[in-house]
Amino acid sequence: MATTSTHDSLLDEISGPTPAQMLRKRIFGHQGFLIGAIVLILLTIVAILAPWLAPHDPYAQSLMSRMEPPVFLGGDWEHPLGTDHLGRDYLSRLIYGARISLLIGAVAALISGVIGTAMGVAAGYFGGKVDAVVTFLINVRLAMPVVLVALAVVAILGGSLQVVIGVLGLLLWDRFAVVMRASTMQVRRREYVAAAQVIGASTPRILLSEIMPNIANNLIVVVTLEMAHAILLEAALSFLGLGVQPPTPSWGLMVSEGKNMMLFEPWLVLIPGAVLFVLVLAINLMGDGLRDVTAPENRS
Amino acid sequence: MLQFILKRLGLAILVAFTVSFISFSLLFLSGDPAAALAGETASGEDVEALRRLYGFDRPMLVQYGDWLFSALQGDFGESYYFRLPVASLIADRLSVTMILGVCGITFALLTAVPLGVVAAIRPNSIIDRIALFISVAGQAMPSFWFGLILIVVFAIQLGWLPPSGTATWRHFILPTIVLGYYAMPAIMRLTRAGMLDVLSSDYIRTARAKGANETRVMFRHALRNAIIPVVSLAAVQMGFMLGGSIVVESIFALHGAGYLAWESIARNDLPTVQALILIFSMFYIVFTFLADVLNAWLDPRMRTS
Repeated sequence: MATTSTHDSLLDEISGPTPAQMLRKRIFGHQGFLIGAIVLILLTIVAILAPWLAPHDPYAQSLMSRMEPPVFLGGDWEHPLGTDHLGRDYLSRLIYGARISLLIGAVAALISGVIGTAMGVAAGYFGGKVDAVVTFLINVRLAMPVVLVALAVVAILGGSLQVVIGVLGLLLWDRFAVVMRASTMQVRRREYVAAAQVIGASTPRILLSEIMPNIANNLIVVVTLEMAHAILLEAALSFLGLGVQPPTPSWGLMVSEGKNMMLFEPWLVLIPGAVLFVLVLAINLMGDGLRDVTAPENRS
Repeated sequence: MLQFILKRLGLAILVAFTVSFISFSLLFLSGDPAAALAGETASGEDVEALRRLYGFDRPMLVQYGDWLFSALQGDFGESYYFRLPVASLIADRLSVTMILGVCGITFALLTAVPLGVVAAIRPNSIIDRIALFISVAGQAMPSFWFGLILIVVFAIQLGWLPPSGTATWRHFILPTIVLGYYAMPAIMRLTRAGMLDVLSSDYIRTARAKGANETRVMFRHALRNAIIPVVSLAAVQMGFMLGGSIVVESIFALHGAGYLAWESIARNDLPTVQALILIFSMFYIVFTFLADVLNAWLDPRMRTS
């Protein structure tokens, strides 16, 4: 035993920490990343376990107990965060609202991620005409005002969860395309790509097993950014009355519903907005942290 | 330089035409625009009459050509709701949005650039941390929520500023902050990164070695070079902000083009929506074009790309 440990420590001394150990150290040494990840995981658990965690039915109205204040403003524990203008339990609506935000963020980022990554990688790898077309499409997309187009399309097609997710997914691919294009261009010039080409690997194979793994860290960072972006946009659309429709418990919609009573019951607006802020902040912190953790050489 | 400008101009025009086609196609997203216009209670004959009246019975490309030709002459048709020419309707409202946009970007630049510079001069100092916090919080802050909080605090609780409307310059203060805060993080990050980059360059060392005092080094040598990308970012952000003014205008009831867009969307007033999407896109295209040209003029290395 003794010899093994001496052997191990000797080995450590010669070779230094392994890449996995270094990664672990960077992850746990990065406060922003840790905080963001923990908050995001907690909110995801809350969203998944919503039926078991919510004290009440988020849709159940009670005209007898409308706009009861939260506990910290003199309310009772029956409704810890009070009730809204229809007497629905605010905490339960918040908990179910996490499902809407996270679902929209994740699926919209997935759709736009697939579209944008396909376009960006194709443009970066093939260059020439493909690149010109993709660059043109990115320019067109950037010129369109996102909020306005999303509002108009949702209004025409009717506000529902599917429509909102679809519209955001089809609109938010621009950053994926821009970043993936630039990353692919960098990676394409590396020796291992040339080596794969020389040994006759097929183009799909090069893209999937040489290019993709080496741009994956940038991709994950953009996924977090766009997820946050989609969540904020959904909230804004719902706030403007042209996103997810009532009685669905969307945080943006809750702010909008509380807006008219803001003068006397400001917590109706403050609570859902604060939760939204915390979720988006957590995702952004995690994204920024991921950028530092996966690419320490790019740290500014 | 001329070649660069012409190339960018050609691209901008091509983008503009594509955007115009997309915003026109929105009309057909609902399936049958005549039926949508007539409403659910209309009879089949009414729908047919409307279809002929508005020319929806013609091929889509012909309608597009017609619309585009009129639009190029400044005629965007008649608003379904207001029964007024869309062009004059938008012209009336655009000044509020433009004022808000200019105020917003000015506010963003006046706060973000100094913060970014100080953060770069003293990395990891308290000011750097505050700047970082503002930029991280700014990206996560839902603008409609931020606006409502400002209304509660400054208009209702303290009573310092009016909560909504456009009557005086004081009505623009809160909307300017909300809109400007949206552009601040990006500008601050770019200023900070640019300054850090420039400060470690050879010519700054040379300037210091010559004995130039620190203020002169910072402003005459460093900031002048670091600010170049910020100028073009500000132009691009300005384009984004005009498109984003829809949320801010609806919170503060500023009757600008963004508010008009919101009203028109809610009322299914498609000619107005089409025209507004096109106009906001044009602003973005013009601003990015100006940013590109400005960049190329300030930094000759950019002209090759």
